[in-house]
Formats: sequence, structure tokens, C-alpha cells
Amino acid sequence: MPKLIVDGKEIEVPDGTTLMQACEMAGAEIPRFCYHERLSIAGNCRMCLVEVKGAPKPMASCALSVNDLRPGPNGEPPEVFTDSEVTRKARRGVMEFLLINHPLDCPICDQGGECDLQDQAMGYGSGISRFCEPKRAVEDRYISPLVKTVMTRCIKCTRCVRFIADVAGIGDLGAIGRGENIEITTYLDASLETELQGNIVDLCPVGALTSAPYAFHARPWELRKTETIDVMDAMGSNIRVDAKFDRILRIQPRLHEDINEEWVSDKTRHVWDGLASRRLDRPWIRENGKLREATWDEAFARIHEAFPKDEPGRAAAIAGDLVAAEEAFALKRLMEALGVASVDCRPAHVPLGETGGRAGYLFNATIAGIDEADAILLIGADPRYEASVLNTRIYRAWFDRDVPVGLIGKTIDSPYEYTHIGETPDKLLELAAGNGEFFNVLKDAKRPLIILGMGALMRPDARAIWSAAARLAQECGAVGAEWNGFSILHVAAGLVGALDAGCLPGEGGRDTAGIIEGAKEGEISFVWLLSADEIDVSALGEAFVVYQGSHGDAGAHRADVVLPGAAYTEKDVTYVNMEGRPQMTCRAVLPPGEAREDWAILRRASEELGVPLDFNTMGELRAKLFEAAPGLAHLDAVEKADPAGIAAIAALEGDVADRVPLESPVADFWLTNPVARASRIMNEMSRLRAEARAGREAAE
Amino acid sequence: MLKDTDRIFTNLYGLHDWRLPAALKRGAYDGVKGFIEKGRDWIIEEVKKSGMRGRGGAGFPTGLKWSFMPKEVGERPHYLVVNADESEPGTCKDREILRHDPHLLIEGMILAGRAMLAHTAFIYFRGEFIHERKVFEAAVREAYDARILGRDTIFGWDFDIVVHHGAGAYICGEETALIESIEGKKGQPRLKPPFPANVGLYGCPTTVNNVESIAATGEILRRGGEWFASLGKPNNTGTKLFCISGHVERPCVVEEEMGITFRELIETHCGGIRGGWDNLKAVIPGGSSVRCVPAEQIIDCPMTFDDLQKLGSGLGTAGVIVMDKSTDIIKAIARLAYFYKHESCGQCTPCREGTGWMWRVLERMVEGRAEQREIDLLFEVSKEIEGHTICALGDAAAWPVQGLITHFRDEIEARIDEFTARADAEGSMVAAMEQAAAQ
Repeated sequence: MPKLIVDGKEIEVPDGTTLMQACEMAGAEIPRFCYHERLSIAGNCRMCLVEVKGAPKPMASCALSVNDLRPGPNGEPPEVFTDSEVTRKARRGVMEFLLINHPLDCPICDQGGECDLQDQAMGYGSGISRFCEPKRAVEDRYISPLVKTVMTRCIKCTRCVRFIADVAGIGDLGAIGRGENIEITTYLDASLETELQGNIVDLCPVGALTSAPYAFHARPWELRKTETIDVMDAMGSNIRVDAKFDRILRIQPRLHEDINEEWVSDKTRHVWDGLASRRLDRPWIRENGKLREATWDEAFARIHEAFPKDEPGRAAAIAGDLVAAEEAFALKRLMEALGVASVDCRPAHVPLGETGGRAGYLFNATIAGIDEADAILLIGADPRYEASVLNTRIYRAWFDRDVPVGLIGKTIDSPYEYTHIGETPDKLLELAAGNGEFFNVLKDAKRPLIILGMGALMRPDARAIWSAAARLAQECGAVGAEWNGFSILHVAAGLVGALDAGCLPGEGGRDTAGIIEGAKEGEISFVWLLSADEIDVSALGEAFVVYQGSHGDAGAHRADVVLPGAAYTEKDVTYVNMEGRPQMTCRAVLPPGEAREDWAILRRASEELGVPLDFNTMGELRAKLFEAAPGLAHLDAVEKADPAGIAAIAALEGDVADRVPLESPVADFWLTNPVARASRIMNEMSRLRAEARAGREAAE
Repeated sequence: MLKDTDRIFTNLYGLHDWRLPAALKRGAYDGVKGFIEKGRDWIIEEVKKSGMRGRGGAGFPTGLKWSFMPKEVGERPHYLVVNADESEPGTCKDREILRHDPHLLIEGMILAGRAMLAHTAFIYFRGEFIHERKVFEAAVREAYDARILGRDTIFGWDFDIVVHHGAGAYICGEETALIESIEGKKGQPRLKPPFPANVGLYGCPTTVNNVESIAATGEILRRGGEWFASLGKPNNTGTKLFCISGHVERPCVVEEEMGITFRELIETHCGGIRGGWDNLKAVIPGGSSVRCVPAEQIIDCPMTFDDLQKLGSGLGTAGVIVMDKSTDIIKAIARLAYFYKHESCGQCTPCREGTGWMWRVLERMVEGRAEQREIDLLFEVSKEIEGHTICALGDAAAWPVQGLITHFRDEIEARIDEFTARADAEGSMVAAMEQAAAQ
């Protein structure tokens, strides 16, 4: 534990601490531009220079380890001055250099008001400019449709370059030229090929990289900021939603060390325009084959008419991907009260939840656990598109710690290299039987991680694959008291919460596949779709369909009655992420028009259908939910699942269809849910990606 | 004057053949097997005893530098890197060694490799050194054929030399930028610590040495450290290649004893100053990166690291640039400022932004189109760069400007006055014409 004296205050810091961290521990503030906790150290902005006693020149505190400081002649601890004349002069000089070629166009810069350069210029800059030469202008570069560049503002801190290289794991961004002609660019103005590029906008300390879709929409001080949870994937990334009046204009990541650190994917970040388009803002009912606007009373009257009261077995309900735990619970309660057993929260036809308890459907290793895993096997998963931010942890494990990664399934385009074991599930059976090279890799690892993707579970032979993966996990020692590496990579934000809430078929009830089959055969005559758009709605036959949700997507087009619900930014509900961590969203804006929160719609439906439920407020509903699933009451805590359940899954029987390759379910990253499909930005990104692919294939 | 018997570089002028048989006749590789057998500590001790300071410009003691390498080879191999990226304006000594005495360098690389337990050496050639590289590569081939290099050599030390040709960037002469460049990256200096002796080329312990330092090693070991230390002055021992350019009668590269006075150096080897000693204006004694010294201070100054440092300058690479009174010293320094602006790698702020600023102000000062207060501004800007950068290029860019202002401020002031006087005349003429038009 080295000791040092910072501004006369003696402190002791852990080995390997940088001088900057040590100074901050001592309460001294160190200005910086290029340094970022999560990126490699560049030491190029020189803003963090401090005076070190005995050193001939001021030192860059971000890059200097306290262990490298030399003690004084009589063994006294090294002394550092963060506010001495030398330090102040160095900072003033650097600030002057940064500003001489900066355009100072803050009034027309989107970064204005949240700009590091602006803030630090207030503290360390001079009020006047001594520079009277012509200023440098730099040509703007196209690097991505999502990131707008104004390169004259760039101070060459290279945070963006380091993020793209170190975190996203691709080498697309770099600096060309040298001296004052240095420029940040992609090779030949190619578009960045990563789903995390929006993060470089956050990282940029100046206005060189700003969000293209958000350009000139608002000033930061006009925005109302709401801290909430994202539902674009099943990670439960912590986000901050910025709204001006009733419009959401921006989504940014929030720090959560165990989930998203401080990154979010581009879908999470840029989906905001989808929250304002194609919204269901009033009830609709179908008359003479066409939907017409209606009142809530009319809509419920129609539902009352159509519900088969005498034969509840002919009714069914399906909860969709974005349904919150409370809503799934309320739906289940409503259907129970009506005597309907056919309720399912798994629009994707997966067997999860059937057996094995929570351990069977959670990402048991936890997201942060990836940092400890020492061998990783992906089964039918493509984390880059299914959970982009989680993928950065796999990349980090592979890059920093040489963790071997294996894949069973179709090849994926990932920043890390992997051993391709095979495409078909028979390879998994081979591993589960203890054969194959990669089995030994997993066996030798202390903390093997087996990531089972949804692509492996949305198949007719899902149970056999699920079981084989569980057997493999047991065989290679991935399942133990301390470490449970059997992990399901979810893609739907609501599924774990709905499973926890018990939104599954009751005694004799049908699952999703059964409901669709029944509707086609005419055995089911009434289907309640709670934001369920991912099923094949055209297969519902003659059934009367109630669609409750926020966006006019597939479900609403098929519906006979449309009930307008609230989107994830418009309600306070609980989502449980793939590791089983309940987190609560926070309302940023009100639902549009006559749309209502979904639990309230379900509550009223119970009233109208003559089975009033026993809760009148969200608080009461939640109390009932917590009774049924006590773990959900502990927000932001991961309740570890009992690994014993995995044995039950391993014992399942069935054959695999060994000729059908395993494949990720995410065919188009940008359009995986109704909100994204309503977003102009997401559609544009999807089109660009398809064009780029087509171009590449044509070139090949 | 250095005795001919004390010369290390006996074929400096290419009067003899550079090839292996001729080099062997001149004594190259003589006794190398014995030195290698004596081992690491003996070689380092001998080089330490010689007191040789690195010939690349910074003057860091060579033996000490070698001793920083780990004493045993761990998991990572050790590397020797020879810096043949000689790009300092006014310096052309390594070029002569590479052209005319490549085997002396190969011999030195083997010995230095032995001293730092390296079996592989990289040599990084300046982009413009095409002929030199070809000669050196031919010499390396000869050495492989003669089992001087390769596996199972006649000296009993396996050794490989990898030739790397740069693309002509000055900054790649900075040791860590050079390492980056060999690794195939953009030539930008690394942050230190860690120093190359811990984490260098490909993350392995590495020592980067100048061509001249390495090439002198063989002779130092043959004659003993004491011999080398007996030449020159204390702490500034041995012989040194001086490259004298500029306004002397016969510019040349010459091996001389350290501590020779400037006057003797010029009189003996260069035929004196053009137009006589009274015509001398200033000298940049150590390549472009040191402060210039006015005539009266340098004439009788011994050419050593320490003596020149006392004058606020430095011996640097011993690239002596002599300027007579016909020189426009402001223009000369402005040209150097342009060089540094052009060669700054752009990585860190003070150098990237400051070198361009200094050059632009100096360009105006050449014409005199500046204000008197800008002289102080220029000095302050140079001070804001100096010592605040990752590598020494910032210092190198700042020092010539500081030298100019310290010693020739009056000239800048006069130039500005001259211009503003003229500008005033122009201005009043414009005013008079305006008045006439109004009437």
C-alpha cells in the first residue's frame, strides 16, 4: 500500500492506483479529457498534469501509477501538488492550446450545456484569446447514420477510437494524418459496423460527435430527465429518458456496474422516435371487417358480448415480449377469475418454465459473472444482436483473459474469435456425452459458462436441446453451489418477469402453440393478446381477438377490439432481466390520448366481465404479486435460483432434429419489437444494413 | 586532434571496401568470440567503465541503459533495437557508418545482444535511407553466410537481425514511436513508464540504441573501457562523430575526441568559417533540437554534453550547424519551426497545437509583420509546450525558438520596427488619399 502526500495531505492507496485516482481519493479534482475509467489510457490531452516533487516536469496523472513515484531523499512519501503554480500553469497552457483551434460555436452546438470543454474552460481557461492566426477547419467525416460529426470541434482525445477498439472490439475507427492535420475517421468513410456506436456520442467530451437523430431537437437544460429501465433486450439496461414536454427526445445510458456498465445498444438509445409514432391512442372496434374508432365503453361492451362465458375453455390469452411482471400477473389473475386455463407468456413457443424452476430459465451466471467465466460456450446464440452490451463482456473476457469461446450453431459475426464446433444440435449431444475437444476445455475451466440462446429453444426439439445443455452443464462442472454457468440468453424483456409471476397455462390449459392451433381449428373462439405481436396472428382463424398494447403492429391489425395501452416509458412497472434481477421503470411521459396503463385496463375488463379482481391500485396489485413471487420485491437484487432444478431438465427426454442448424432468432436487430418497428430511425438502420449486406454479397 | 590510431570508424569516408573481407582486415569481429564468452556482466561493466553516453542525442550512459534489462530471460524474449532513423536536421553520422562500415554495426549488435541477453535485433531505417539499407542488408547476408549471424554461429551466440524500413517520419526516431512503428502501428510515442526495458517491442524487454553507440562497442571492448575513458573529458569521454554543416569552408563528418573546442574542430577539419571568424553569427551545436548559441559564447567552448549544457544548449547528436552573418536567423528558426510542426505526430495537445502556432507567429516575424508583445507571447507559448508533452519532440520544438528569443531578440524587434515604420508610411499614404478623395 504505497503512501503519498497530495497537497499536504498524506494518504495511503492500494497498489496500482493511478495518480489521478489517488488525487481524487485525497479530495483533489483533476481535470481531464482523454481519460475514461472504462477505456485504455492514452494520456494525450495533457489536461491532468500535476506537479510531482522532484520530477523535472509535470506528470500526466492519468497514466502514472503511484507505484512508479519515487520517494524523497530521506524515504519520505512522494509529494504531489494539484494546485501549485506549475500545475496551474500547465493546465492553463493546455486549455489554451485546446481552444486556439476550437471553433467556439457553442451556441449552435448540440453539446452546449453538457460539454466537458465548456465546463473546464470555465475553470481553467483564459477569458481572452491570444491566438490571432487563422483557425483550423476540418472536413466532416461520415462515420455512421447515427453519429453526426463536426470535426472542427474535435480535440483528438481518441476516446471514440479507443471505445470502438477496446469495447466494441472492431478496428473501424482511427486517426489519420499527423500533427495538426490529424483526423478521426473510418477507413474511406465507411459506416461503423457495431451496434454500440451511439456510445461514442456520450464519450466525446466536445461536440465533435453528436447524436444525428437528436440534432437540434433540444437543449439539455430544457429536458426532463427520468431514470428508468430499457426493454429493447432482456438485459434491463439502466437508462435515462429525456423528454421535452410530452415528447421523448433522447435516451441515454445510466451507470449500472453489474448490467450495462455505462453503455447501451443503438436500439435502446435511438428507439425514442418509435414511442411517438404508430401509437394506439384510443380504442378501436371492428365493424363490417374494418376497424373504427370507438369509446372505452363500446370496446368493453364488444368484449363482453364475445367472451364465451359458458365455455371458458374456448378462451385464451397470450402475453407478449414487452409485458411487465405486474401486467402478466394481472392477466393471469383475470383469466383465472374467468376460468380460463389457456394463458401463456411465451409467444416464442419455448419450453422455459415447464420444469426445473427458475434455474431453468435464468441467466444463472449473471451478467457480471461473465467477467469471471474462464470458458464460454454459445449454443444457438448470437449475443452481438441478442444482447449487444452483454457481448462486450464476452469480448473483454476473450481479449483480456484469453477465455476460449465455442459456438454450436450457424456462424456469427462477432468481434471475438471462437471455435466453431458445428451447426447442428447433434454436436451438443456429443459434448453432453463427454466427447469432443471443447468438452475438455469446459471441463478444465474453473467457471465454465454455457449460454443457451433462444434460437435453440424456439424449435420443435427444444426440450431435447434444453436437456442436453443442462446435462453438459452438469457434466463439465458448470453447476455448483458457488458457480452456476447454465445460462439462458433471453431476448424478450418481459419473459423472465412473466415466468416469475406465474403467467403460464393452468391445469389443462394450452400453451401458445396450442392456443394458435386451437384457434385455427375453431376450438378457441376468443383470444386476448396482451402486447403479443411476435406470434403468427394470421393463424388465429375465426377467433375473436382482443389486442391490448401500445403500438399498431401485427396484433392490432388482426384484432376485433383494440385497447390502447402504455409503452415502457409511460408506466411504473417491474421488469425482471435475464439474470432474474427485478427493476422498476419510471414514467417519463403520460400515455397518449385515451391510452391507459395496462394493469388498469385489465382491472376494468374484470369489472366488465363480472369478475372484479381484488386490487384497485398498482400498490395493491404489487402486494398480491409479491405474495406470489416474493423475490420480485427486492428491487435490483439477484435472487440466485436453486441449481437443483437443472437436474430435472437434464432428465427430460426427446430426440433432436439433428439436420436442422441452430440459429439466432434475431434476424433483424433493428426491428425486434413493436416500438422499434414503429421507429423511423430503426427502419432506416435496418434498410441501410440490408443494403450494405446486399452490396457486400454482390461484391463477393 | 584525435590520433589516427584512436579512431573507431576507420572507413568513415568509404575509402576502403565495406564488405566482409575488408572489414575483417580492419579488425571487425576480432575477439568477439572471447567477449561473448566473458559474458553479460563483463561487457556491461566494460561499457560502463568506458563512460560512453548514448550518441543519439539525449546522452544517457549506454552501459547503465543496458543494465536496466532484466538479468535473466523470463517468459518473454529480450530484444535489441537499433535506431537508424537518423532524421535530425544537421545530422548525418549514422548514414556514414551504415554506408561504409556496416560490419562494425553488426558486430556491435551481436555484443550488445549478448550484454542484454537478446538473440534478435531489429534495426529501423529512416525512410530515405534506401541505399544505406541495401548496403546493410548485403552486409547482413554476408554475415549469415559467414555464420556470424544465425543459428550455431562461429561466436557461439545465436543472433538474428531483422531489418525494418521506416516511411520517413521524424517522430519514429523517438524510441517508443519507433517500437510502435516496428509493430506495424502508427508511429506515436508511448507513455513512460513503463519503459522499454520492461515493456518494449511486442511487450518484451527492449533496449533502443543509436547506431553510433552500438557500432563503437566492439572497439571499446577490444581496447578496453579505460582506453575510451582516457579520451575526452570526465563524464564526456571517448570519440564522437561530428557532422559540421553550414557556413564553413568544407562541411564534413569527422570523428573527433570529445571536448575538442569549437574553434579547433572548425579550423582542423572544416577549413575555418566562411569569411573568417569575425563572420560567425551563431551555431546550433547539436542538431536542430537544441538552442542556438551566439558566436562569442561558442568559439572556445569545448564540445561536450556538459559544457554546451552550461550554455543553455546541448551536444545532442553533434550535428553542428554553423551560421555566418549572412544568415537570416529568424528565417532559419522559422524553417525549423515548420519542420517540427510538420513532424509532430499530433497525439498530445501542446505539441499538436503549439508547434503550428509558433511557426505561424515566426513566419510573420520573418517579415516583421508582428507586434512587439508577440515576442513574449511566443516565448510563453514555447514554455507552455516544453515539458508538457508525452515525448521530447515538444521540447525539441520549443528550444530553438527559445534560443532565438534569448539571443537574438534585438533582431526580431528591429525587424518588427522596420515593418511597422513601413506600414505606418503606407497607412498615412492611404489616409492622405482618402482625404483627397473626400475633398
